[in-house]
Amino acid sequence: MTPQQARELITSALSQVAPDTDPAALPRDADIRDALELDSLDFLTYVQTLSESSGCRIEEDDYPAFATIAGGADFLAVHAT
Amino acid sequence: MNERAEFVMPSLGADMESGAVAEWLVKPGDRVRKGDVIAVIDTDKATIEVESFHTGTVESLLVGTGRRVPVGTALAVIVGTPPAAEPVSPEPVPARPLRKRARPRRPTPARLPTPNAPHVPSPVASPLVRHLAEQRGVDIARVRGTGPHGRVTRADVEHVEPPPQAKVSPRAKASPLARRLAAQFGVDLADVHGTGRAGAIRAQDVREAAERGAGPRPPEAVEEAARPPAEPVEVRAVPEADLERRREAMRQAIARAMAKSKREIPHYYLSATVDLTGALAWLRERNRDLPVSRRLLPAALLLKAAARAAAEVPRLNGFWVDDAFVPGKAVHLGVAISLKGGGLIAPALHDAARLAIEDLMAALKDLVSRARTGRLRGAEMTEATITVTNLGDQGVEAVHGVIYPPQVALVGFGKILDRPWAVDGLLGVRPLVTVTLAADHRATDGYTGGRFLGIVDRLLNQPETL
Repeated sequence: MTPQQARELITSALSQVAPDTDPAALPRDADIRDALELDSLDFLTYVQTLSESSGCRIEEDDYPAFATIAGGADFLAVHAT
Repeated sequence: MNERAEFVMPSLGADMESGAVAEWLVKPGDRVRKGDVIAVIDTDKATIEVESFHTGTVESLLVGTGRRVPVGTALAVIVGTPPAAEPVSPEPVPARPLRKRARPRRPTPARLPTPNAPHVPSPVASPLVRHLAEQRGVDIARVRGTGPHGRVTRADVEHVEPPPQAKVSPRAKASPLARRLAAQFGVDLADVHGTGRAGAIRAQDVREAAERGAGPRPPEAVEEAARPPAEPVEVRAVPEADLERRREAMRQAIARAMAKSKREIPHYYLSATVDLTGALAWLRERNRDLPVSRRLLPAALLLKAAARAAAEVPRLNGFWVDDAFVPGKAVHLGVAISLKGGGLIAPALHDAARLAIEDLMAALKDLVSRARTGRLRGAEMTEATITVTNLGDQGVEAVHGVIYPPQVALVGFGKILDRPWAVDGLLGVRPLVTVTLAADHRATDGYTGGRFLGIVDRLLNQPETL
């Protein structure tokens, strides 16, 4: 998966869990949980959405990478086919 | 038998005074079964799907969409047989309680008389005429019908002067302003002497009663007060997508409930620190091989432990009504959910103590998502027997909550934090959570509350049993 595709999946997943925000305007290294006020359930939904849309397995150990848009995009670019 | 029942604006929480039908999901002639969602109601706090409590055919819709009406207002009439089988009958309709209580799960205070309890033969009258009679506080059974076959007409009802003491109805007659003030001051309208026409309670009467200190009232009285007044009701439209108004209204609803809680409930607070090492290890092991969609969050374990503990300590699970504790029939666990854009709502997870942990997790996801997109069920808003608030996601270490009346306890979970902790004489770093209990001292004492926290601790140390 190209970094561009990964970013698009992430932006789309974020707009689903935080519909009233503009994820595209977030700094890539901001903690999305703070910036978008996500609780643990929102975050789980976010990871689940990404896992389904990218077809990529995401373990609990991988969650920290998804704290930022940049981290998540890098992870998907490497692991998603 | 044509069993006639009114579908009334339900009370979807102690803080609800009025609501508007946002959408009718049925039309006259439709068959409905008990439990079918038939309307979507807009309250100050949420958009809620409301179920029918009757099986039958919708005869008429009495209130259009967008009109804000008080709790208890008749919204629709449902008859037990299809309307085709029911021409204007010359026989008197068998005695039926005209109004069925639309809140079967709420504890019913024993001392309130059932509306229309006397079993007198009820003359034939159309739903609209019955409604009018209800509104005017007229006992339709005592009205001599002048229509065909002794049918009671609108004019018949209008010609009856409402009785001085409305025996037909338990609700005190009061002006809308008086009711608002009563709710504001915590005055029981039943204790107020009305000086208005036909004994109606005026705003001034409420103010005087409040000054005399008419005392706090049981939660059911709030509902009584919120029922339709005998006088014409102020009706205003619900503006479309008026978010600012909605936010303000929700603030007011929370303010009413919380002020009532702190005014009436003598809270006591307890806290305990629970080591979650075992629980989190179990969770991690369990989640490892599962797709994300089936993974459990620590919150599911915490909620399940609270629900099981409430089942083991039934004195904390239920309602304080009319100076007495009424136990809940099961543990319906209220979950405080913060809404995006502000506000708070605490719908219930039905029978949470008996839900398998996977099902509880699924139910929690569903509940949170529907709370935030505004599609909760009526029962979810009214049935909670104890509530849990979990502010851990925000980094709060401990939350000392305010009980949601008429419940008698609120459980709080803080953030799970790695902290030094002594185990078997050795200091280690462990994931800890602070569990708090705010409980109603009228219903229980600290000893009972302490037992509850002890059970939560024990259960979280045996995660495989949850």
